[in-house]
Order: sequence, then C-alpha cells, then structure tokens
Amino acid sequence: MSTLEIRDLQVAVEDKEILRGVNLTVKSGETHAIMGPNGSGKSTLAYAIAGHPKYTITGGQVLLDGADLLELSVDERARAGLFLAMQYPVEVPGVSVSNFLRSAVTAVRGEAPKLREFAKDLKNGMDALSIDPAFAQRNLNEGFSGGEKKRHEILQMELLKPKIAVLDETDSGLDVDALRVVSEGINRFRASGETGVLLITHYTRILRYVKPDFVHVFAGGRIVEAGGPELADKLESEGYEQYTKASA
Amino acid sequence: MGLNEKPLSTLHEKASYDLADFEVPTGREEAWRFTPLSRLKGLHNGEAASSEAVGHVRVDVDAAPEVTVETVGRDDARVGKSFVPGDRVSAQAWNSFEKATVITVPREAVTSKHTVLTLTGSGDGAAYGHIVVKVEPLAEAVIVLDHKGSAVYADNIEFIVGDGANLKVVSLQDWDDDAVHVSHHHAQLAKDATFRSFVVTFGGDLVRLSPSVSYTAPGGDADLSGVYFVDAGQHLEHRLLVDHSQPNCKSNVDYRGALQGQDAHAVWIGDVIIRVEAEGTDTYELNRNLILTDGARADSVPNLEILTGEVAGAGHASASGRLDDEHTFYLQARGIPYDEARRLVVRGFLGQLIEKIQIEEIRERVFGALEAELAR
Ligand SMILES: Nc1ncnc2c1ncn2[C@@H]1O[C@H](COP(=O)(O)OP(=O)(O)O)[C@@H](O)[C@H]1O
Ligand SMILES: [Mg+2]
Repeated sequence: MSTLEIRDLQVAVEDKEILRGVNLTVKSGETHAIMGPNGSGKSTLAYAIAGHPKYTITGGQVLLDGADLLELSVDERARAGLFLAMQYPVEVPGVSVSNFLRSAVTAVRGEAPKLREFAKDLKNGMDALSIDPAFAQRNLNEGFSGGEKKRHEILQMELLKPKIAVLDETDSGLDVDALRVVSEGINRFRASGETGVLLITHYTRILRYVKPDFVHVFAGGRIVEAGGPELADKLESEGYEQYTKASA
Repeated sequence: MGLNEKPLSTLHEKASYDLADFEVPTGREEAWRFTPLSRLKGLHNGEAASSEAVGHVRVDVDAAPEVTVETVGRDDARVGKSFVPGDRVSAQAWNSFEKATVITVPREAVTSKHTVLTLTGSGDGAAYGHIVVKVEPLAEAVIVLDHKGSAVYADNIEFIVGDGANLKVVSLQDWDDDAVHVSHHHAQLAKDATFRSFVVTFGGDLVRLSPSVSYTAPGGDADLSGVYFVDAGQHLEHRLLVDHSQPNCKSNVDYRGALQGQDAHAVWIGDVIIRVEAEGTDTYELNRNLILTDGARADSVPNLEILTGEVAGAGHASASGRLDDEHTFYLQARGIPYDEARRLVVRGFLGQLIEKIQIEEIRERVFGALEAELAR
C-alpha cells in the first residue's frame, strides 16, 4: 500500500511561476486522471515530481509513503518507486534499449536480474505491447515513431513495477490500435491493485479504455475542479473553455 | 585574408625533404597555433636531435604469413615515395630516422590475420621512425599499430594502397602519461583503392597526429575514424587532410572525443580540398566533442575548400558540447544513478564509432580503456 501526496506544490521555470499550489493524493489501487488544456502546467507537475533540473520548487511538498521526494535525486526517486512516462521520450544515441533496460531494472531492484529471466520478461513485455523484438538492439528512442516511443515507455513501466506511475500524455499521438495496446498495458499494470496511476491527458478518449476513479481538471497551474468519472463526460461535451476563462 | 582563410590548396607549397626549408615554428603559424611547443621536448627546433640523451622506439612485428616484413636503411628505394614532409617535425623525423620498416602485401594476397606492429618507447631522449606499408594491387590487409611505453617520438608512416587493394589500419596511441608523439600518416590511394583508418588516442602527454590522404587515380575510397579521450593536462591533437585531386573519389571523416579534467585539451583540424579536376567527389567530415567537466577545452576547425562545381556530395559538421541534461535525466528517471548514466551516454557516444573496429580483441581493448578512463 503506497501513497503519493502532493501538498500545495508551487513550481517555477526560469523564474516564471507555473504551478500555483497543487494538492493531490494518489493511493495504490487508484487511478487519477488529470485533464487540462495545453499550457496549463500538466507536464510541469509531472517533471517537478520526477525531479527534472529545469523546474524549481518554490513551495509545497511531495511525499511518497511519508518520505520527502523533493529531497531525493532523480534516480533516488525512481528507486523509491516513482515512474514518469514522458510526453516526449528522449533519444539517447549509442545506448541500446536492452542495455538501458537491464541497467534500469538492475538499479531499481538493487541487483542484476538473472539473464534468462530478464530475457524472458523482456520478450513477454515486448510481445504484449506488439513491439518488434529487433527494438531491443536499437538505440534508445532513436528513430522510433511517436507510437513506438509511447509503447516503449509502458514497457519500462511494466518491467520496473513502480509504486506510483505518472503518465504524461501517453495517449497523445497514438492511433486507435496503438491506444488500445498501450491502454491494455496500463490496465495490466494496475490490475495488481498495488500501484497508483496518475494519468495526465488532454483528451477523454483514453478514459474509455483506462477507467479512472477520480478526474481532476487542471487549469492555470492548479486543480480547479475534482470529481468522479462523470467529470470526464462533462469535459467531453463542454470542453475546457469555462476553466480557462476562470483561470485567466 | 585571416589566418583561417588561407587557401588549403596552398598548404603543400612548403613540402620538402630538407629540414632547412622549414623555419622553427614559433606558435604563431596556422599549423602550430594550437600546439604547446614548450611540451614538444625539442622535436620542433632541433634541440632533441642535437641532445646527448637517447630514446628508443622498438618495432616488433607479428605479421600475417602472407606479408613480408623488412628492416631497411635510409637509401631503400621504397622509402619516401608517397609523400613529402609538410612541416618541420615531419621533416625532422625524415632526416633523423635510421632504419625503416617496410611491410609488403603481395599482389592479390588476402591476409589470413591482422599484422601487428608494436612500437615500444623507452629512454630519455628523442627517437625517430619511418614505416612503409605497401599493399599491392588487389591485395587486402589489416594492420594494427600499437604505441606504448614512454617516448619522445616523431615519425612518418606511408600507406601505399594499390589498384583495387584494401587496407584497414588501426592505430592505438596507448602511450604512458609522459610520452610526446608527433606523427604523420599518409595514405596514397591508387585506382579503386579502399583505405580504412581507425585512430584511438588515449595516452600520452602530447600527441599530435596528422593523417592525410591523397589519390593518384579515380575510384579511391577513404574512411578515417578516430576516438580520443583527453584527461587533465593532456593535449591530444588530430589534424586531417584529404586532398581530392582525382575525379570520383570518396572520403569520410568521423572523429569523436571526450574530455575531462583541468587543462584537458583536444584539437581537431579537418581540411578537405576538392580540386578543380576532382569532379564527382563525395566527402563528409565530422568532429564531435563531449566536454565532461569544467577546465577542459576542445578546438574543432573543419575546413572544406571546393574548387570544382561538380561534386557528388560535400559536407562538414563540428559540434562540441556538454553532456546533455535531457539524456542523463531520462536515464536517472529510470533509477540509473548519475555516474552510471554518464558512463552509458559517453560509452554510447564513442561506442558508435568504436563498434566499427572489426578486430574483436582490439575493439574490446578500446572499450576496456574507455571504461577505465570513465572510472577515473
Ligand atoms: N522549459 C520551459 N521554459 C519556459 N517555459 C516553459 C518551459 N516548460 C514549460 N513552460 C511553460 O509552462 C507552462 C506550462 O507548460 P506545460 O507544463 O508543458 O503544460 P502542459 O503539459 O499542460 O501542456 C506553459 O506556459 C509553458 O510555456
Ligand atoms: Mg504536457
């Protein structure tokens, strides 16, 4: 049982205030959707939690099972059980997918996986996400299509088994088939009931495949409305306009 | 015209076997402005040659059975045929060497293994060397030059690649920390000849290596790769010159380096000339430097001089920069500690080139040396 607690989080980028007091608690077994218009600060929230050096915390707290995440380095946060599926996964030349995944799994588990076991897990994971096995030898994200990058993010999530996963617009840029494959991956991951998911999205489409327990509307750097799945339906029909006007 | 704009095509005007034709460099010359002359131990001003101290660089050859290896005197007709010294230290080496090593790969021979020349330095003074590798028409060979030990060494190496022949060379500058090495590698490519050079410079206090390529007929294809890792205080300089004087030849240059520590200094000069008669030339040159710490400096100067309107392709690129935060962030976000992330990224950056080394034991050795540098 894990809990991610975000308390009054304030974040600036290059002296520009972006997050203006975010409060949110995600427990294992729960799926929270954060929905908001472009530029509202959703990625800023995700990156700030993960510890990206460009984002400066100006106030508030982020706790994972009571421990202060903001005190930890990026890799320590990941090893503590936090995972961020990135909106724009970075290409890293010369680092192969298999080498990268083995290093990541070794770091997170604290010991190197048995080679055969790892090879099997990797193969199963790739099969389930319809990733061509040849990708294991490719350079990390290099020349991957948008959809391939996103599937690869979900593969990492499934291999690393975090306590809390933050998925930043994993659905954007996917066609319907890829969206289904990726959603199935997320559903497999949360089926254990031992993990919490913070699903950041611009569109309601993915919520038809990945049913959220809670929906939060994000605008102007904070949560402006919270509710159950029905809130997504309201956004579907009415859009973000009323919120962007209110926050402007 | 500033220093940088002096036409490349005039660089050879100075070529000579006569040491007296070259003034002692002062450091203001375009060819010497990056090199710390005070650390050359007198290779450039005659002091090393007139000194009492003696140095040795022993040449041991483990040859493929198909090749012949000879140690010859200065008067051997095969020595000095493919090139003329183009600077003072090259001319000094030419005038001071006593014995040359001549490796001959007979016509149509395909060597069954690579030939290794181990050059081991010792002693206090300077040493001079000359090597000729002659690959006769349609022959194929792989040569490894392995420089080790401590030396103050100036040498010239000629690679003469015959019609339709194929020569691959790996040159490892694996010197001890105090070594000074100034070297010229000249490849002369005949019709349809293929030349692959891979330079690895990790060791030495000062290494200045000048690989050059010339073509005597159409169809030549040269690929020059290099990796270097510069530590605190080291000066590692690579000066490439590809002179396209024949139609329909190719060249590709890709040198990459990583630098770490105070006063780590890398210099890369990439000169490519496409002369009027060299129609259909296809050339690309690239240099990239990864600067891992404060206090390190990379100078990277590509020069492409195109004198014909009919090229198949001509380009160059040079980029020097810090480790990309986004790369390390991505790896760290997956739990990989910073030091390990940095190691993976640098290994990836240089490894993409190192993978081109086809001799497994050499490739593994270079990866091993890279790991050792990264662990420092
Ligand atoms: N690196 C950055 N430099 C400057 N401004 C940024 C940077 N990243 C984000 N911003 C600004 O922060 C705001 C929120 O961006 P972001 O968190 O990416 O929003 P969202 O993910 O909701 O689209 C935007 O106004 C954006 O322009
Ligand atoms: Mg975003």
